[in-house]
Amino acid sequence: MHGKLAKWVLPVLVLAALIGLWQILASTGALAGLLGLESFLVPSPAEIASALWDNRSLLAENAWVTLKEILLGFAIGLALGLAFAVLLRLSTTLRHAFYPLLIASQAVPILVFAPILVIWLGFGIWVKVAIVALVCFFPIAVATLDGLRRVDPEATKMMRSLDAGRRQLLWRVEMPSALPALFSGARIAAVFAPIGAVFGEWAGADSGLGHMILLDNGQLETAREFAAASLLVALALALFGLIALAERRVVDWR
Amino acid sequence: MNAEFGRFAAQAATPAAGAPLAVRGLTHRFGELTAIDGLDLEAPAGAVLGLVGPSGCGKSTLLELIAGLREPSEGAIEVGGASAAGERLAHCAFMPQRDLLLPWLSAVDNAALALRNRGARRGAARAEAGRLFERFGLAGFERARPAELSGGMRQRVAFLRTLVAGKPLLALDEPFASLDAITRAEMQAWLAAALARDPRTVVLVSHDVEEALYLADRVAVLSARPGRVVEELSAPAPRAADRDAAVTDPAFVAARERAMAALHRGSR
Repeated sequence: MHGKLAKWVLPVLVLAALIGLWQILASTGALAGLLGLESFLVPSPAEIASALWDNRSLLAENAWVTLKEILLGFAIGLALGLAFAVLLRLSTTLRHAFYPLLIASQAVPILVFAPILVIWLGFGIWVKVAIVALVCFFPIAVATLDGLRRVDPEATKMMRSLDAGRRQLLWRVEMPSALPALFSGARIAAVFAPIGAVFGEWAGADSGLGHMILLDNGQLETAREFAAASLLVALALALFGLIALAERRVVDWR
Repeated sequence: MNAEFGRFAAQAATPAAGAPLAVRGLTHRFGELTAIDGLDLEAPAGAVLGLVGPSGCGKSTLLELIAGLREPSEGAIEVGGASAAGERLAHCAFMPQRDLLLPWLSAVDNAALALRNRGARRGAARAEAGRLFERFGLAGFERARPAELSGGMRQRVAFLRTLVAGKPLLALDEPFASLDAITRAEMQAWLAAALARDPRTVVLVSHDVEEALYLADRVAVLSARPGRVVEELSAPAPRAADRDAAVTDPAFVAARERAMAALHRGSR
């Protein structure tokens, strides 16, 4: 009981305390004074909450756009990352050709290519989907491939001796063994996905939470900007939680 | 030589009852290192051949060579007349040291792996493997996950998985090494009974002389690397149902001492 209490209640208390402190510092003008700003530029949590409520339909509309970008991009990145990992596992030639590039590509800040992708793909949803898919692809491909490679060589011998072909070895042993690694790749991807969507929207968009943040920033609508940002955080947390939930359902032997 | 194998095969009651094994002039190297050097072994169909030796003598490598998981550097291995690695693989079922049950599959699905690998439908494979659960003291645990089973039960499922493959030769690599002493003794008696009901040619690698002498018809004592046969012993008595009585029999004790002496000679 004490363990559970420490695990859930304490972080919530810390978060509540931080928000409370922010509320006090913002509503008394102390925070704005410290930053040398007009007080309307430093909204309190209560002001952000009312902005969230007052602009609920506008925010919901834009959140739906961003959510679509995130989910579509994540799904495409997941499918491609998985397929690529399996392909590299099955073919030594492909692995030798692509694995070093795959590892090196992790150091490439894909987000800086967002403006170029906008030139190529236009201002529609697909450029954002493409960026989200790209940022999701790499962690999933790398993690899954590593998971597939970490299979116990003794298990491989056992399966060969029980008349398993390459395909049976892949589906009966390698893929299930790689699932925990796949999920940790997916969790990393879930963290990157909203960032990818926002960068895509910043590079060129007429809707979405990222677009709203940029717009509100220009108009010094800081409370609404915070509201949009907190919705984005909520989306990211929800996606992360969904993946953790799926992992518990799928990897049920641990 | 083939006529001789033919005779052994004719002696076997059914094809599953075993295939003769012959190892001739077997040498295996890993790069510069010679793991096995000019080794000869033979086992008629349905016999249990025990292999004991100091650690690192190449016992496990020898087992993998016999099971067709490796090709030898030199020499010949024939299982039921088949000599190519691929053919041996088709004739042998290999049971690794650890049970290596797949944790995401139920006990019965683990036992049915070979059937599924050969394309049997899930229901048919489960039914066929499930039929053996009662006889192997596993009734009621068909749907349990490996994590829910005791060490001895896991080992029984692993053996079942090897048996269900229906191959004439079983290659067992220290099958009970991971178990505690009491469970190990129980499992040895259990395996003896299982083999009496369902005879196969068995190559049993063990570091435990007593286990090998109790379970095997013949025991080959191997030397330290490079592995050679130091001495071959016949088992003192046919596998008895009562393990405790068997291992305290004077003939058994004498055989154990001879095997231990051979082990010491070979370790030098």
